[in-house]
Amino acid sequence: MSTQISNTIVLLPDQATAKLPKRNYINNEHGLLSWLLTGDHKRIAMLYLISITFFFFIGGAFAGLIRLELLTPAPDLVSSDTYNKFFTMHGIIMIFLFLVPSVPATLGNFFIPIMIGAKDLAFPKINLLSWYLYLIGGTLTLTALVLGGVDTGWTFTTPLSTHYLNTHVITAASAIFIAGFSSIFTGLNFIVTIHRMRAPGMTWFRMPLFCWSNYAASILMVLGTPVLAIAIVLVALERLVGIGVFDPAKGGDPLLFQHLFWFYSHPAVYIMILPGMGVISEVISTFSRKRVFGYTAVAFSSVAIALFGFFVWAHHMFIMGVSNYSALVFSLLTMLVAVPSAIKIFNWAFTLQKGSITFETPMLYAFGFMGLFTIGGLTGVFLGSLGMDIHLTETYFIVAHFHFVMVGGMLMAFLSGIHFWWPKMTGRMYPESLSKLAAVTTFIGFNLTFLPQFILGYLGMPRRYHAYPPEYQVLNVLSTAGATVLGVGYMLPLLYLGWSLKYGAIAGNNPWQATGLEWQIQSPPLTENFVTIPIVDYEAYDYEWLEKKQREEVTTVG
Amino acid sequence: MANTVAHTNPLDKVDHLEKLMPHESIINEEGEHVVLPQHRHHFETEEQQREAGSFGMWLFLLTEIMFFGGMFFAYLLYRNWYYPAFAVASNQLSVPLGTLNTAILITSGFCMALGVWAAEVRKKNVLVWMLILTTVFGVAFIGVKADEYHEKWENHHIPGASFSTAQFTNPAAYGIKEQPLAPDMAQKTEIYFFLYFAMTGMHALHMIIGIGLLFWLTWRAHRGEFSSGYVAPIENFGLYWHFVDIVWLFLFPLLYLINRHLPK
Amino acid sequence: MAHEISHDQAHDPSNVVNPEHGEHHLVTPAQYSMVFGTLLLFTGLTVVAAYIDLGALNPVIALGIASFKAVVVILFFMHVKYQSRLVKLTVGAGFFTFIVLITMTLLDYMSRAWGMW
Repeated sequence: MSTQISNTIVLLPDQATAKLPKRNYINNEHGLLSWLLTGDHKRIAMLYLISITFFFFIGGAFAGLIRLELLTPAPDLVSSDTYNKFFTMHGIIMIFLFLVPSVPATLGNFFIPIMIGAKDLAFPKINLLSWYLYLIGGTLTLTALVLGGVDTGWTFTTPLSTHYLNTHVITAASAIFIAGFSSIFTGLNFIVTIHRMRAPGMTWFRMPLFCWSNYAASILMVLGTPVLAIAIVLVALERLVGIGVFDPAKGGDPLLFQHLFWFYSHPAVYIMILPGMGVISEVISTFSRKRVFGYTAVAFSSVAIALFGFFVWAHHMFIMGVSNYSALVFSLLTMLVAVPSAIKIFNWAFTLQKGSITFETPMLYAFGFMGLFTIGGLTGVFLGSLGMDIHLTETYFIVAHFHFVMVGGMLMAFLSGIHFWWPKMTGRMYPESLSKLAAVTTFIGFNLTFLPQFILGYLGMPRRYHAYPPEYQVLNVLSTAGATVLGVGYMLPLLYLGWSLKYGAIAGNNPWQATGLEWQIQSPPLTENFVTIPIVDYEAYDYEWLEKKQREEVTTVG
Repeated sequence: MANTVAHTNPLDKVDHLEKLMPHESIINEEGEHVVLPQHRHHFETEEQQREAGSFGMWLFLLTEIMFFGGMFFAYLLYRNWYYPAFAVASNQLSVPLGTLNTAILITSGFCMALGVWAAEVRKKNVLVWMLILTTVFGVAFIGVKADEYHEKWENHHIPGASFSTAQFTNPAAYGIKEQPLAPDMAQKTEIYFFLYFAMTGMHALHMIIGIGLLFWLTWRAHRGEFSSGYVAPIENFGLYWHFVDIVWLFLFPLLYLINRHLPK
Repeated sequence: MAHEISHDQAHDPSNVVNPEHGEHHLVTPAQYSMVFGTLLLFTGLTVVAAYIDLGALNPVIALGIASFKAVVVILFFMHVKYQSRLVKLTVGAGFFTFIVLITMTLLDYMSRAWGMW
């Protein structure tokens, strides 16, 4: 890549000069125990990456089974109880074992210390503990699965989960309880690190926006997850002892569970999306060769999303029996929480304007994110308005809405980040044409799967039903076909990224010519990240600074 | 291979920063800089490590606030819905024992605070004694609670299969000086007792964990680990212990003192 | 005595490690004893107040005294009075979120027409 298109595209030496560094965090120590007992945030990030990929494909298998059943209107593949187990396990695994840890535990763990110029996170041992808690939670989930599964829905709504089902609710709930602590410790680590371990000169407003987003998500993790924990404990006690806290016959209110559950689970969706938005900020800036438009606005909007995210949870409960007045208040507040997210989309769009845009794979995923997240977010506003929600809730409209934001949004952002930082984490490039193909396939498959579901929901097909009137079949078949394409799109990265570990081109320090401290060090990085702690005297996304530095210093690529 | 940001040695420019953050050292009694053995490599200074540890403990306490918060809300809700049942049930708790326990816990917190002070001024024996006293008072608290729980068991006040509302529908027969409750309101006392056991039980669990940690810390203090300037574990444990104390400071009036002035 | 950073250094903005460094203030046993006494005194007060019929004020006073005791423990036993602004903000953030949980859930329960509140 040595054509000069504008002042801000840097003249780089020939990629063939790239070499793998002799010493890096991967080969620094040898043996299984050096990985299993590591304190190195980069190794822990890779451990997490392997684990969440594993659980992602299990969750994906359940998605496949769901779509398989829904090919036909009749409930002919499995019994209704089994179908309930499918969507419950799909939800639990995808949300708690994949989406919540996805970007923070992999990319966040790996890059936040490097981006701020630190040698590691504040508490490396707690970081490792966090991974082990994740594994324990994951194992317990698989145990619940193997023992027969849970069919409450991932939302564990009472009194169904406490009084009317005899599946392995407590096992699954314990799994989530433990996985929740994994999340809390990750967030705690990030907050302390970002507050107290920035390198000299790295002020808050010079940090990459990826750090801001993870910081905001970490606040949500620390403050929100414990409320989920207590909700789960109460469900377990209700099942074990029959205390009556959610039992109307004994004077309890089932809706109390939902208040406590959604007090976490709404901020949880922001825990899931905010780190992804951080990735998008980095990717869009890099591949338009332009600083992010309105850095301050994007930074503050991350924190605003975190703050307002605490005020809107009852919009998941509009039809559950909350009072009209509180429904009104929560509906108004929900309109408010959409604003900071929209601010980000505008800022990214203005970043693109007059930038030098190139279409590498991370950028393709980022474009997918912008479009699909916007659609998902806008449909969220429909759902936030009380009148529409009465009709649309508990239908496939909701299913489509959250899949647009979570899969079209977050999962695309995760894949964007993985592809963007893959050269840095592994020192290797992946095959570009294959990755572009995967990105496009994912985009097509996603739209084919979930756009019909908006229509289905609007027409009235309820969610969590495995039988439906025949007139809905065409849309369901389209959706299942899309799911197949989507599955192929997700399998491809697994294959070519794995292939690239051995056969991919050597990446060098900065294959994307990006700013940021992580691109100024070797790929893969040293265990201690930096030979000397950098002193930062330039702003974030300063492409002029980068160009000047590369012109004056760089003689080889890596 | 570019591993530094600038060509020149960045530290050339920053002599004042060197003085600001004397590397990995604190000043001991003779005014010399010493490196603490517990210094972690990823922190630049011991001060940074200590601040980070303390901040991390505070964040953990925030999670505890939110965890107990869910139960406090459940209490708030059901106390307002079923006030008569809550008042009568609360009166079955012993105010002398509850007050005693509150005093015990406050004393335990006082000893812990003195222990932190002792660590900071490096008086090893005082520290060890304060930690021992903190543990003793903590165990005493649990002992009193165990006694109270036992009494609840004997009176069939533990929610679940063995729960009985007989004492509330017919108090006179048990020598209890309360107005009888209608059966459906009497049944709500089970919710009160569930909250009593859940909240005090969760509190006691945190205390037991704390006592376990205290044994470990006392042993380490006895070996002199905290009398040479490394006070972070004592400080941070102190934060945890005081937080558990604060939870009890709210539990006591909410559970024991709902309505002690009903005419008999 | 533990190391104390000079006043200039404590407020040096280029000290990224701890820009609002809390002065490392030592709370003396005498101060702790006063706090201890205060806590015991207010415990006694809250018990006495419980036996006096003050109507709707009873729970208010009980919670008020408990909150006062908690604040005293936080400021002195937990040293927050002498800590950095960050720690003070953190404590505030925790209680703020707790209050949000309580009040906004109450919003639902108090405005229901069930007649139970």
